[in-house]
Amino acid sequence: MKEVPDAAVQKRIDASTMRLDRSGEKNLNPFDTHGIEAAMQIREGGAVEVDEIVAVTMGPESAVRALHKAVALGADRSVHLTDQELAGSDVCATGYALAKTLESEQPDLVLLGQQSDDGECYTIGAVVADHLKMPSLTQVIKIDISDGKLVCERQAEYGYDTVEVQLPAVISVGDAINEPRYPSLKAIMGAKKKPLETYATSDVGIEADSVGETGSKTQVLAVNPPPEKEAGEIIEDEDTNETVEKIVAWLDERKLI
Amino acid sequence: MAGILVYALHDDEGNFNKNSLGAISEAAKLAGELGTEAAAVVVGEVGDEACAALGAYGAGKVYRAKAAPEGLAQPVVDVMAKVIANEGFSYALFGGGLLGFEIGAGLTARLNAGVTMEVTEVKAQDGKLVAERPVLQDSAIVDVGYVGDPGIIIGRLNAFDATERDGGSAEVVDVEVELSEWSTKATMVNRGEQRGADVNIEDAEILVGGGRGLGEAANFKLAEELAAALGGAVAATRAVVDAGWYPYAAQIGQTGKTVAPKLYLAAGISGAIQHKVGMQSSENILAINKDQNAPIFEFCDLGVVGDLHKILPKLTEAIKAKKSG
Ligand SMILES: Cc1cc2nc3c(=O)[nH]c(=O)nc-3n(C[C@H](O)[C@H](O)[C@H](O)COP(=O)(O)OP(=O)(O)OC[C@H]3O[C@@H](n4cnc5c(N)ncnc54)[C@H](O)[C@@H]3O)c2cc1C
Repeated sequence: MKEVPDAAVQKRIDASTMRLDRSGEKNLNPFDTHGIEAAMQIREGGAVEVDEIVAVTMGPESAVRALHKAVALGADRSVHLTDQELAGSDVCATGYALAKTLESEQPDLVLLGQQSDDGECYTIGAVVADHLKMPSLTQVIKIDISDGKLVCERQAEYGYDTVEVQLPAVISVGDAINEPRYPSLKAIMGAKKKPLETYATSDVGIEADSVGETGSKTQVLAVNPPPEKEAGEIIEDEDTNETVEKIVAWLDERKLI
Repeated sequence: MAGILVYALHDDEGNFNKNSLGAISEAAKLAGELGTEAAAVVVGEVGDEACAALGAYGAGKVYRAKAAPEGLAQPVVDVMAKVIANEGFSYALFGGGLLGFEIGAGLTARLNAGVTMEVTEVKAQDGKLVAERPVLQDSAIVDVGYVGDPGIIIGRLNAFDATERDGGSAEVVDVEVELSEWSTKATMVNRGEQRGADVNIEDAEILVGGGRGLGEAANFKLAEELAAALGGAVAATRAVVDAGWYPYAAQIGQTGKTVAPKLYLAAGISGAIQHKVGMQSSENILAINKDQNAPIFEFCDLGVVGDLHKILPKLTEAIKAKKSG
């Protein structure tokens, strides 16, 4: 799970730290809700016995809210890795820290959203998988489970691929995989009472110099505005008849009708 | 050697992927600036001639691992990690596309290395590479440098052009790799399946693209009626194709088709980069979207901020009236 700035918040980079300014309203990364829903459907599908669904996140104190949301959506308990030392971790360091945290849980299946709303990296699943020495597949849009194996579908360079994956495995899912359910009021109210473990880096054997800025292998050297583009004409639809007239005139002018 | 290693993806007939060829060209250019060499990794049964032909794009050597399967990331991570360990490459470069993301990410973990994704440009600065990456829906561009070796660079789709240079033919070196135990635990059952009826969107001069803003599969008829009035065809985003609302054959973008019609009318499409790369060469782009901050408004010619459910039916009627009038 990841806590991300709410979709409505104007995101920007803090010029002094060159990191994403994470102030303002936050939410559970929408892609991750599809991961929980996938876990719920596997449990309800009955093809395998699911002991428990655990929501795991790494992030500052506020990330607890994302975990509560995950529990309201169906997780049985949650794990929060939080430590000052983690601040400024890049993909390499984040993947390592998450993998160490997951290792202590010994999961049979790790589900992730394929991307985060803020970082847009698409990579954490595959990083975590290699550390955990588990097979992995990303951007999965269908999972069938039988005989302890997953049969997954995803769209790749040349069309749809069907891949069989043995458990334990790491799977990142796309948002077309399912329609996450709405949490019941009771589940929302009860979320704060479900078990939540909080770990510092040392609790899960994370080497301090492998995370945070010291452990990161990339360095942001500069942040620049994008090159200026010539913007097209924008009209607001206030009176639809008028809007349609304008569109038709525009099409006509370009000899498109 | 401190060179740049590129993964060259191919289809089941052994044709190399355009983005991979672009990555080789880019690597060769950068290697020239750094005073080093570019090389490629190929997995699966690809013939000597096809591998050697990568020399035309600038690969000096091609490391071929016949025993590793193509189409899955982890076996390629095993191969690339071994080649990098044996030959000491300083950078691994990937063209845009799903597998580049997965392989690059796996290598990051394996080699404890820095990675930058969605890279649009790479610069050589003081003997090192710096990657440019647009972030926050392209509202800022960060310059990323690497600490230690190797640096992993994953390109954005179509970021690097495939240009043939006068490189001649590459030397083909076969590598034997023992695959990691976990990379043998995923197996391809069926690769590259095409789904849905074959709609020929590539030939249409006018395309109405439908996105998730249409709300549900049944609403594609709004797009179909508009396309019929305009004398064009209907195309779709991956989000709706994945959701089963429309056939894959109509998908435009990174993992779909590339089109360049006279008119592309995007209805309820956000304009994500992976979609944009498939339609940005359209002569005229008209977008209807209710969110004024949708990225599509940054590159369309005419943008209409509004609800497509209100606009499309009236627009269809108006066009019909105009044509018959
Ligand atoms: C490796 C990879 C490859 C990909 N390849 C492709 C590809 O080939 N092609 C592709 O298209 N995508 C591809 N994608 C997915 C891409 O990133 C986007 O997720 C996708 O293009 C979004 O589709 P969309 O615009 O239909 O949906 P959304 O992003 O959900 O956008 C829907 C839009 O509709 C608007 N809307 C909603 N309701 C209304 C209304 N009533 N009236 C008007 N507007 C409304 C919303 O404001 C929103 O902007 C790929 C992604 C990855 C990671």
